[in-house]
Amino acid sequence: MTDATTNSRIDTAPGEASFGDYVALLKPRVMSLVVFTALVGLLVAPGGVSPMIGFTAILFIALGAGASGALNMWYDADIDAVMRRTAKRPVPAGKVTAGEALSLGMWLSALSVVMLGLATNWFAAGLLAFTIFFYLVVYTMWLKRLTPWNIVIGGAAGSFPPMIGWAAVTGDVTLASVLMFGLIFMWTPPHFWALALFLKSDYNNAGVPMLTVTHGRAETRRQVFIYTVLLVPVALGLAFTPIAGPVYLAAAVVLNAIFLKGAWDIWQRDEAMAEADDYAVEKRVFKFSLLYLFLHFGALLLDAIWRLI
Amino acid sequence: MVDAKGLTETHELHRRRLGRNVGTALCLLGFCAIVFGLTIAKVREGGLLEADDHVPRASMLPITEDTQ
Repeated sequence: MTDATTNSRIDTAPGEASFGDYVALLKPRVMSLVVFTALVGLLVAPGGVSPMIGFTAILFIALGAGASGALNMWYDADIDAVMRRTAKRPVPAGKVTAGEALSLGMWLSALSVVMLGLATNWFAAGLLAFTIFFYLVVYTMWLKRLTPWNIVIGGAAGSFPPMIGWAAVTGDVTLASVLMFGLIFMWTPPHFWALALFLKSDYNNAGVPMLTVTHGRAETRRQVFIYTVLLVPVALGLAFTPIAGPVYLAAAVVLNAIFLKGAWDIWQRDEAMAEADDYAVEKRVFKFSLLYLFLHFGALLLDAIWRLI
Repeated sequence: MVDAKGLTETHELHRRRLGRNVGTALCLLGFCAIVFGLTIAKVREGGLLEADDHVPRASMLPITEDTQ
C-alpha cells in the first residue's frame, strides 16, 4: 500500500494543477453575485458608457473579486482544511499550493486594478484596490479570526461592487451608490448568521469566532432579527433615490416584509424546535436571502429599463 | 529497460497540462481582444486626437479674448 492510498489528500506538484483548479481559486460562485451587482451599479448610473468599456469594467471588477478570493484561499488554507464546506477547495485539497494561490491572487489584483483604471477612471480603480485590500487584510487576516463581528465589518468588501460599477461611469460616489453599498452591507449579517445556525459544527471545528460560537445560538437568532430590522430602512430608502422607481418600491416592500417575517420566525425558535425540523426555517430564510438581494438589484435594473422605454 | 508505453500513451497528467495550456492560451487571446476592443472604443469616444508633432501651430496657442 502506498502513501497515496492511505491519505485522502493527494498533493499535486506545483504548477501541475488543472486549469479548472486555478479557476476554482477565484470563487466563481461568489463572482457571479459581484458581476450582477456591479453590472446593475454600472447600468443605473447616469451617463452611461460604451458597451465595450462597460463589459471591460465588469470583467475586471469580477477578476479583482476573484483575485481577492484566491488571496483569501491562500491565507485561510488552514481553516478551510477543517471545514467540511471548504475542505475540497484547491489549496486544502492539495491541488494547488498556497504559494501559487498567493501569486495568482497578487498578479490578478494588479492586472484588474490597472485595467479598470485604464478602461474607466482611476477613482473606480482605487475603489477596487481598496476592496481587495479590505477583503484580504481587514477581513481575512484581521477580523475573521479575532471577533464574532467579522461578518458585519468584513461584509463591506462584498458591498463595494455596485459602488465600483457606478464609479466606473460617473467617477464619483453619491447617496444612491452608498445605499446600494448599504443594502449589501446590512444584508450580509442575517444572511451569514442564518447559514451559521445550520452549519454549526463547521465553524466550531475551525475555531472561527462566529457569533453562534462566542455568544450562543439564541443571541445569534436575536441578532439576525436586529440586523434585518436595520436592513429594512436602507432597502426602502433606496426606493426614494433617482435610480429607483415603482418596480423597486413594490419589490422592496414585499421582499422586506417576507425577510422580516423569516427573521422574526428565526428569533422565536429555539434549538430544540430547529433540530426537530432539521433547521427548516433557517435554511428557508438563508435561501430566501439570496433571492432577496438578487430581486432588489433586478428591480433596480427593471426600473432603469422602464425609464429608457 | 525503458517503458515504451510512457512515450505513446496519454497520461492523466498530459491531459491536465493540455487543458491548462489551452486555457492559458484562450485567456491570453481574450486579453488581446479586450485590449484591442478597448482601444477602438476609447478612440471612438475620444473626439479629436492631436499629438505633439514638435512644430508650432495655431492650435497650440492659448485661447484669448477677441480684442477688436
